[in-house]
Amino acid sequence: MSALKPSRATRWLAAAGLAAASATPAFAQQGELVLYCSVQEEWCRPMVAAFEKATGIKVLMTRKSSGEFYAQIKAEAANPKGDVWWGGTGDPHLQAAEEALTDPYVSPKLDELQDWAVRQARAAKFRTVGIYAGALGYSFNTQELAKRKLPEPKCWADLAKPIYKDDVQVANPNSSGTSYTMLATLVQLFGEAKAFDLMKSMHKNINQYTKSGAAPARAVATGESLIGITFQHDAVIQAVSGAPVKIVSPCEGTGYEIGSMSIIKGAKNLANARKWYDWALSADGGQAIGAANKVSYQVPSNKKAPVPAQAPKLGDIKLIDYDFAKYGSSAERTRLLKKWDDEVGKLAK
Amino acid sequence: MIQAVALADSSRVLPHKLLAWASAALVLGWLGLGFAQGASGTAFAWWHYAALLALTFLFARSLARCGFFIGDVTVATIVIVIAALLGLFIFFPVGKALLAAVLDNQGRFAPALAIERLLSPDIWGLGCFGGGTHCGVAVNSVMLATIVGFGTTLLGLVMALAAQRGGQRFSSLYSVMAVLPIVTPPFVIALALVVLFGRTGLVTGWMSTLFDIPRTRWIYGLTGVTLAQLLTFTPIAFMILHGALAAISPSLEEAAQTLRASRTRVFRTVTWPLLRPALANSFLLAFVESLADFGNPVVLAGNYEVLSTKIFFAVAGAQHEPGRAAALATVLLGFTLVAFWLQQRWLGKASYVTVSGKGDAGLPAALPTGLRRGCVGFAMAWIAFTLACYAVIAVGGFVKDIGRGDMTPMLAHFGAGFAIEWQGGRLAFVGSAWDSFFTTVEVAAIAAPLTAVIGLLSAYVITRQRFAGRRTFEFLTMVSFAVPGTVIGVAYIVAFNVPPLELTGGLAILVLCFVFRNMPVGVRAGIAALAQIDKSLDEASATLRASTLRTLHKVVMPLLKPAIVATLVFSFTHAMTAVSAVIFLATAKYNLATVYIIGRVEAGEYPLAIAYSTVLIVFMLSLLLIVQWLTGSVKLGRRSQADLVTGH
Repeated sequence: MSALKPSRATRWLAAAGLAAASATPAFAQQGELVLYCSVQEEWCRPMVAAFEKATGIKVLMTRKSSGEFYAQIKAEAANPKGDVWWGGTGDPHLQAAEEALTDPYVSPKLDELQDWAVRQARAAKFRTVGIYAGALGYSFNTQELAKRKLPEPKCWADLAKPIYKDDVQVANPNSSGTSYTMLATLVQLFGEAKAFDLMKSMHKNINQYTKSGAAPARAVATGESLIGITFQHDAVIQAVSGAPVKIVSPCEGTGYEIGSMSIIKGAKNLANARKWYDWALSADGGQAIGAANKVSYQVPSNKKAPVPAQAPKLGDIKLIDYDFAKYGSSAERTRLLKKWDDEVGKLAK
Repeated sequence: MIQAVALADSSRVLPHKLLAWASAALVLGWLGLGFAQGASGTAFAWWHYAALLALTFLFARSLARCGFFIGDVTVATIVIVIAALLGLFIFFPVGKALLAAVLDNQGRFAPALAIERLLSPDIWGLGCFGGGTHCGVAVNSVMLATIVGFGTTLLGLVMALAAQRGGQRFSSLYSVMAVLPIVTPPFVIALALVVLFGRTGLVTGWMSTLFDIPRTRWIYGLTGVTLAQLLTFTPIAFMILHGALAAISPSLEEAAQTLRASRTRVFRTVTWPLLRPALANSFLLAFVESLADFGNPVVLAGNYEVLSTKIFFAVAGAQHEPGRAAALATVLLGFTLVAFWLQQRWLGKASYVTVSGKGDAGLPAALPTGLRRGCVGFAMAWIAFTLACYAVIAVGGFVKDIGRGDMTPMLAHFGAGFAIEWQGGRLAFVGSAWDSFFTTVEVAAIAAPLTAVIGLLSAYVITRQRFAGRRTFEFLTMVSFAVPGTVIGVAYIVAFNVPPLELTGGLAILVLCFVFRNMPVGVRAGIAALAQIDKSLDEASATLRASTLRTLHKVVMPLLKPAIVATLVFSFTHAMTAVSAVIFLATAKYNLATVYIIGRVEAGEYPLAIAYSTVLIVFMLSLLLIVQWLTGSVKLGRRSQADLVTGH
């Protein structure tokens, strides 16, 4: 009879596993939502928790950078698995909209949004909408800088100086919307030829091309990298939690992003996707979560939503007139990324 | 449909040959039609699969009645059904994935493009040797694998010598070393190394404060990955070489000593040649495991590209190029198949057992003193290093930020991942890690019994029955050993993304992947266990007019209980720690623990990754201990001399 015990034990395990797995849909009655989240996971989690609490819909979330989700949505186009793509810079969302990978939807909350958010929606024929804005820049670790007695960098051109060899970190523009924004910003600031020359010189100073756009800010905070190119709000999170970082708005001018949200075409939970869409745009719903949990220092797109005190003030920064229509278009984005791969990505270290 | 099949099967009027042809034609025709319709057709539902299975049963039984398989219906059913499943879930996807290498983005046959992809300098460039910059990714992988192969063999030998001949202090070492690689997810060591030696790592911090050594990123790249793989694969080499050393009869060495050979000479002329096959086996095993390893390179490789990570980024990254991924997969598969074939040819047939039953064989010769001291010293140092890595993982989840040296104890990381709350009168698992954990346990629990059944039935048929095509069947069951996880993962998304077999995004594909990846282990365990059971038991059962099915059920299965338990446990733990195949197959809806952890590592969120890894390891260790307690002992003898497994 003892010979029966092991098979019973394994059966118990299987039963326990299944029972535990079926304990999770406490919200099964309201259905579910498959969410593709492109901001940092510390922001995704409270968003999911708040939405589940407010509506009772179970949210299944994965986090990937915006470029990666664009590629995934494109690959899954014949049989879409996701419902909503929330967060990430606007350019991949615009490209997806142009390629009809996302569905148009005019939310009732559209009137409450800032002009730049509505312009984003119109540019994409309402296939996407702006949910936050933030300025590009870079940050450096003040303690490391002082220890190594290096001068403070102030401009984009400074990042190419040989004294910062192996000290700069930025994401790969193919996977990260943040890094693509940097690419497009440099092109609009200096013209394409000079921009690529600058990136080639910067390449010698890059210690790692990360996949996630905000990872360099974390590396700067821990001292793993001296300088990190990210959106300024990513670095603010680190500064607020006590890390010795200083944020720089480059002297030549800088670009900015309009974080966006889109409903995926062919979404299996379309009704729930629209519920998320409206909730994410509402001032007391999705627009307030980031600031409340101290995980977002972007400027929210709803006019009535509270703007965090430490958010970089867009009015004070020298911003370029970022041409979202051009640099979010499929042709231009593909061309620039390929050029980056060929001329910068393949270079020797 | 199933009733019709059952009727046809039991009919005594219909000729068997006709039934065989008819059922085969129906199965192939149905599948063929489904594939011809391709993306525009409808996907098979569960009852399609059931009907196809029923038809396959009918085919097998009629074939048996025609005279094949010595007229044994049970054997015929087992062989045909398993072969068909293997064909559908291993050969078809891998074939389709390799085919994708010769197709362009529109799906047309493009031989020029295929050649360009397969022979691209990206893969084969030798730039780094000539003082240039980058080597091709295949060259990188092979370099890494060779270094790791030599390294682990050497280290394993040193430790095996120390354990067996260096004194009595190491007997418990064996059980610890045997368990470690089974319960450890493949990236845990890499994670520990980053925490210790990364730019802001613990040791780097101490070196910088105490000795003013500047902090660099030296751990990222070839050095780091080599170190991680050495630490991960040495226990396996140790087990093989320990077994080999134990199998060498001491009487040969004693004979040499009585002929006045010095200890060095005994070692050089007697022990070493007997060890050579095991050394070669260990090298090949480590070579293949290194090639197929995904978890360590993804964390530590930095700018050093290897095949497994490059395939992953070609598919799942922002540059979605299935053709290029397929070309890389072909190259990787080529390497592992060559290594697998070499291993089968050189070592599959050789006998390294020198122990016979003749009385006291004596004590093994002691090592020369210098060698002994060196071995023992080095072994202790290496073990200490390995244990330090595990200690980092054990502690890291409980402190604020072990990487920065911030040791304030806090449970917030566990809280973020594993929080449980009361919501509306029910337990709600609100931590972000629960979804993936439950899915992983569920999938592993479903896959483990299926693996055991398929594996052991195959083992029975291979060892106990004689029929035409037995060798081929044995080869077929072993082939999935040679296919690296990354290749299977890519193959599954390519093959099962469109109708009729539209399985991606679901739970079924994860279960299938685990079942067919782990099946060879069940086969091996079954073969080893059945070798211990005398054939005369089967024959006695047969003379008492029991059918094969009854013999299987009443005689063989009860005696195989230990092998069943071992296979169940191994498949379960392997499914929980697998990453290289499933990283392509996990979705938002069905996420897996290892995939989630890698996501956290890539985002730089190490504390949560470490906490989750700790949970996984503790969970699997507890499981092993419970099973061990329930059954007395679990013989996890999966690593026999002739074993070769490609990665997690």
